[in-house]
Amino acid sequence: MNDMTPVKATSPKDWETDQEVRWCPGCGDYAILKAVQRTMPELGSTPENTVFISGIGCSSRFPYYMETYGFHTIHGRAPAIATGVKLANPDLDVWIITGDGDALSIGGNHTMHLLRRNLDCQIMLFNNEIYGLTKGQYSPTSRVGTTSPSTPYGSVDRPATPCAFALGSGARFVARGFDVSKNLPEVLKAAHAHRGAAFIEIFQNCIVYNKDVFEDFAAPKGAEDQQLWLRNGEPMLFAKGAKGIALDTEALTLKVVDVVEGDWKSAGVIVHDVTNRSVAHMLVEMRFGEFPMALGVLYDDPRPTFNDAVIAQNVSASAGKTADLGKLLAKGQTWTVEDGHPEV
Amino acid sequence: MATAFKDDHAGAHTPVHSDAVVVRFAGDSGDGMQLTGGQFTLSSALAGNDFATFPDFPAEIRAPQGTLFGVSAFQINFGSQAIDTAGDQPDVLVAMNPAALKTNVGSLREGGLIIADTGEFTARNLDKAKYTTNPFEDGSLAKWQVLAFDISALTMESVKPYGLGNKEALRCKNMWTLGLALWMFDRDRQPIIDWLNAKFAKNQVLADANIAALNAGHAYGETAELSGPLKQYHVDAAPAPAGVYRTVTGAESISYGLVAGAQLAGLKMFFGGYPITPASAILHHLSRLKEYGITTFQAEDEIAAICSAIGASYAGQLGVTSSSGPGIALKGEAMGLAIMTELPLVIVNSQRGGPSTGLPTKTEQSDLYQAVYGRNGDAPMPVIAARSPVDAFDCAVEAVRIAVEYMTPVMLLTDGYIANAAEPWKVPDLEGYKPFPVEFLEAVPEGGFKPYARDHKLKRPWVKPGTPGLLHRIGGIEKEVDTGHINYAPDNHQAMTDIRSAKVNGVADSIPDQIVEQGATGAKIAVVGWGSTYGPIAQAVRRKRAEGVDVAHVHIRHIWPMPKNLGDLLKSFDHIIVPEMNTGQLKTVLRDQFLVDAKPVNKVSGQPFTIAEIEAAIESALS
Repeated sequence: MNDMTPVKATSPKDWETDQEVRWCPGCGDYAILKAVQRTMPELGSTPENTVFISGIGCSSRFPYYMETYGFHTIHGRAPAIATGVKLANPDLDVWIITGDGDALSIGGNHTMHLLRRNLDCQIMLFNNEIYGLTKGQYSPTSRVGTTSPSTPYGSVDRPATPCAFALGSGARFVARGFDVSKNLPEVLKAAHAHRGAAFIEIFQNCIVYNKDVFEDFAAPKGAEDQQLWLRNGEPMLFAKGAKGIALDTEALTLKVVDVVEGDWKSAGVIVHDVTNRSVAHMLVEMRFGEFPMALGVLYDDPRPTFNDAVIAQNVSASAGKTADLGKLLAKGQTWTVEDGHPEV
Repeated sequence: MATAFKDDHAGAHTPVHSDAVVVRFAGDSGDGMQLTGGQFTLSSALAGNDFATFPDFPAEIRAPQGTLFGVSAFQINFGSQAIDTAGDQPDVLVAMNPAALKTNVGSLREGGLIIADTGEFTARNLDKAKYTTNPFEDGSLAKWQVLAFDISALTMESVKPYGLGNKEALRCKNMWTLGLALWMFDRDRQPIIDWLNAKFAKNQVLADANIAALNAGHAYGETAELSGPLKQYHVDAAPAPAGVYRTVTGAESISYGLVAGAQLAGLKMFFGGYPITPASAILHHLSRLKEYGITTFQAEDEIAAICSAIGASYAGQLGVTSSSGPGIALKGEAMGLAIMTELPLVIVNSQRGGPSTGLPTKTEQSDLYQAVYGRNGDAPMPVIAARSPVDAFDCAVEAVRIAVEYMTPVMLLTDGYIANAAEPWKVPDLEGYKPFPVEFLEAVPEGGFKPYARDHKLKRPWVKPGTPGLLHRIGGIEKEVDTGHINYAPDNHQAMTDIRSAKVNGVADSIPDQIVEQGATGAKIAVVGWGSTYGPIAQAVRRKRAEGVDVAHVHIRHIWPMPKNLGDLLKSFDHIIVPEMNTGQLKTVLRDQFLVDAKPVNKVSGQPFTIAEIEAAIESALS
């Protein structure tokens, strides 16, 4: 979008379609949809320049409910479709909606490469740790021992950690939120402000097949003790400032420390620097239970985008050349037949 | 044409005139045979000959030296009249080592000439080629003429002044051999010297050494002519319409045809590809043509390649993807998405031997079922097939036209033979191609905007994201008639399935009637082909007709939907045979579509049909 074009102000209502929403009553997806519709008017985008692209799964119905352009594609392939859309029209504001199975199982390869290339877009991964639309099989993020129709004796494989996957794939923006969190719009805004691939894991409550699996940290009761909201330039404090995250310089790991009378500095609490990739690697690996759940913007350090690089090369490689196909075909080692005879 | 090469002696320094000659260069995969063949082809082109080539190489990049499976060959048929195939039987075989002799001598015409490098016929190499005795000594080559001498040593000698290492010096062998071939066929050396100077512009010593080897081979011909079987031949220029000519491979002409198609449609092109033999060359060509508004994207896999192309089409460019059989299989689900969302897309399939990995570098036509039927659900898609490297240009333009005029994916079938083979091409006058400019829907039409509303061709509107007032959602779930909303209702699915089918069948309204290439409607027998079997069928039918056989040649470009007159045309013949490099796929479709008694003629050896094989099939069908 041209920066000079004034954007007409919109309200959340302008981003809602007339389509009947078909998620289960009480599904976390409703809250995410509302958060997105609430956030869009604040981003400076227009509905016509916005495209929501999804794969397959409950979350992937999302585009039908957004009054924007939308493409509900095939299982796992939204990042690949989005790559073509963005390269063909870099002015579009591209959002990818995906789930844990869609992005990390069948589409893991595309997710990895999109992050590695750094396509300018937002990727919202709704993680409910289950396959909902196919009726409750365990997913690549399900915890060991998850019983499901396909794992009646409990799953035995170790789950993937989406944010660690993203960071390991080369992502330059990694954030976390959860469906009913009041902070979700703030995370979405940060993701949108980041030029490049912005990866957002959103814990989402599947009330039918994996109910309340995130209650340990998402429940309002005790949230202060279980949630670490990361903000750039601020100390990593939680439990109303009574605890913080510090570096264990001997073990070279993070540790939880007590903060006495607000003196977080002497407790060694780390000040969050969103550009610190080493700390980001530790934050995404922080095990919940021993630590609070790290939420908010874990990492944000932009690099040149894939789409900019492709377009720049298209321009530089074309410089000074004319697109004359006739001339191109007649170039090189050709020969001329004069006074030719018609072919036999 | 393969038999026209004469071996009667005509005296020194007077080249024997010949109508057509087939030469096969064969050597180790590291010997540079493809390069030698390519340059010999250029020289044939500049001499004004008509020609067809057949590069035949192993899947391994550098197979163990001297082995039978590591042999790489390049065959060229050139002549002073129309050449349709690379020739059934070589007249001359250049064998750079025992393995090359062993694997290729069987196809050499009786009385043909073997030129071999005895420097490579060591005990070790004979053993690697599974020769128990030296073929030059045991009489096993008696039915051919043999010119065996130490090309290795002569090459070493010729490049001595340049101080190259042993290995580097021996690498000039192919240029020495090319020099000899240029002398044999009375060719100008200068274009090859220019090419060598350009190729080794950064290393003048290598350029000079290769040129010296080339000159030495040429000089050897002049000297050796005085005794022995080596003679000089001259093949006159072939008659051809006036104009500018160049050589072109199928991969090149498809690339240029796609560019032309995009220009005629007024679109930028997005090409999503993933490396696969023998399709990669199209990605390579297009990646150098960015000034034509082309973005090329080497995707992480075949699925991403087609999906990115679909995304680009959705955003308003011409999406193109390309692969070979195994990759096309991976793209199947995404083709269904393009069919469901009714977006234009061109899918180029350079077929190779299958199933699975099959024969990566060998040709086959066994993806016709996959092209026509190979998707889940009722998923109709137009399919067209190129018959030759030159024809592939027009086919690519046609594929783009159908894709944008009907908002549909289109598959363009070519094969490994067409992709790699070269032939002379009269550079087309692009003014002669009728533009088919795309009109995007940019404002709400009268009566309101419906994403799946249809025009008289049943085409839905193409709307670019970014267009105000036309916001809508599409996807792979069944669409409601007109609105495009999600709709699983029984009647709606029936209606949409019928519409998708009728739309693709309607493409037949925009394609020409099937013509008869040679012979007449109602002939006693028709040879019905598609794709790269064109050359041998055309030549075989020409020969049979010269003998007085009432035979016709029908060659189908539009595989799906088929030309509207095809059924009536086929029913006019007493007999129909369908030669295919598969086990009978077009035959099955013809039987199904028209209830005709089409008889299969099949070959799946990874090699193209010979003319003789088609002639034999015609005889057998009439006996």
